[in-house]
Amino acid sequence: MGKNLAEKILQKHSPEEVKKPGQIIPCRVSLVLANDITAPLAVDSFRKMQAPRVFDADKIALVCDHFTPNKDIASAEQVQKVRLFAREMNITHYYEGGNVGVEHALLPELGLVGPGDVVVGADSHTCTYGGLGAFATGMGSTDIAAAMALGETWFKIPETIRVNMNGSLDEFPTSKDLILNLIGRIKVDGALYRALEFAGETLAELDAEARMTMANMAIEAGGKAGLFPVDQVTLDYCREHGRLGDDFLEPDQQAGYCMQVDMQVSGMPPQVACPHLPDKVAGVDDLQEIKVDQVVLGSCTNGRISDLRQAAQILKDRKVDKNVRLIVLPATPKIFAQALEEGLLEIFLKAGGIIGPPTCGPCLGGHMGILASGETCLATTNRNFKGRMGSLESKVYLGSPYVAAATAIAGRIIHPARV
Amino acid sequence: MHFKGKGHKVGDHIDTDAIIPARYLVTTDPEELGRNCMSGLEEGWVSRVSRGDILLGGKNFGCGSSREHAPIAILGAGIPVVIAHSFARIFYRNGFNMGLILMEVGDEIKKLGDGDELEVKALEGKIINHTTGDTVDSLPVPEFMADILAKGGLINYVRERVA
Repeated sequence: MGKNLAEKILQKHSPEEVKKPGQIIPCRVSLVLANDITAPLAVDSFRKMQAPRVFDADKIALVCDHFTPNKDIASAEQVQKVRLFAREMNITHYYEGGNVGVEHALLPELGLVGPGDVVVGADSHTCTYGGLGAFATGMGSTDIAAAMALGETWFKIPETIRVNMNGSLDEFPTSKDLILNLIGRIKVDGALYRALEFAGETLAELDAEARMTMANMAIEAGGKAGLFPVDQVTLDYCREHGRLGDDFLEPDQQAGYCMQVDMQVSGMPPQVACPHLPDKVAGVDDLQEIKVDQVVLGSCTNGRISDLRQAAQILKDRKVDKNVRLIVLPATPKIFAQALEEGLLEIFLKAGGIIGPPTCGPCLGGHMGILASGETCLATTNRNFKGRMGSLESKVYLGSPYVAAATAIAGRIIHPARV
Repeated sequence: MHFKGKGHKVGDHIDTDAIIPARYLVTTDPEELGRNCMSGLEEGWVSRVSRGDILLGGKNFGCGSSREHAPIAILGAGIPVVIAHSFARIFYRNGFNMGLILMEVGDEIKKLGDGDELEVKALEGKIINHTTGDTVDSLPVPEFMADILAKGGLINYVRERVA
């Protein structure tokens, strides 16, 4: 039997022969990641493990992106703890100030993750790097501390669901709409303990950023990883971001899958996930009139340059509704600079948007855009759990950058073709 | 590994933002996290819990973020065991690493109700419902994870290896 993408990548990093799903294997890791919320606990566990040093100071990334710029004294002290640990261990990839971006946008941009890597991160959206053909998955802080000390971890070989996408996307639907549609179909536990592997002719229409948006939300279906094959699109992205020496990666012909999902993407309208789960998905035109108080454009899902370009295309020479706060958070300093250079920030400002620094901020109800009781937000983020962005009595809808921009103009959730 | 307490039932897909909202993640202190356990589900939820009580979850318990603060908050609230239909993957690993006992029982979860007096024999995977007289068996813990537990948890396992 051939190997699927997850099995192929894990095999490359494990001394044991990968035979079948359910098997537990030790595995070397290419990069270990933690952020300002999860690293402090990882540091505590690392101390308790009494490891004298990290396994490789070049293969650990500590990215303080969640509550930064530090929102209060407690979060400042958490960042301080991470900073001191990074200095003590001579961690090469420590990011906090003007060099910090939202971790899952930042690491691909720096060329630190890519094809065939095994990446573990103390953040559930670590699965983003599957968009570049890495086996990447989230874990808790203590598992991450163990990986920092040993340079290895253990995995249960997951079963894989193959997602065959065929057809061609219409003008406004994006990869965000594809992944929302998929989660709506297989539900929030549809890929529990499993990997998703994306395939089909539609792949050719998806650039690397679009693929990362999809892989990012694999966890929203419970998935362990969301994997894309490595093709010329991936290799071009990696080369552009200073990462050389990668090769094509495809699943074997006779690879095993526990399930196949076929998606016909032609004619699919933009999708919106309704409160309070990412699987409560509807076509944007099927929603009753839903007024919003806030729109958030950003996050590890949709805060990249292509996302900002899409939103700017809709917002150019338009005004945000007077009852709406549009918050734009470019995901990294580089994206911020590029958006400035391309005139996108000017479009957002003139439209009445608020531009903030790269941060996870409001996505997890951290800061910079918290909702009051009774308020509604449409966000390009990844989770709409009850209370996720603030009050337990607030609501979050999830959509693409096009839908976000259109919604900001109309003051209600609307198809981008109708503004 | 033997526990007795009252069961507190919550629904399906209880996410980590419900278990411990992000605004409380500015600390790693178990007591403080415990005081806000489940406050993303309902403010003041934890006031119903007595030390040693047992949490009863539905499908996909602990979905969402990787925050280890979630099992720490449950332990900090004085709850040593969570019994659920099924667990989200990251939460499952975290629970074991933090010493929270997790028992997966599938549809049998229906036999355990809110307020029932429960007895848990964790090593045998047995749950006795003293209110109804029902007995429920949990799915076995994967062998490899049981090994890590037997070594005293992941921290001890790594400590031995780096020594």
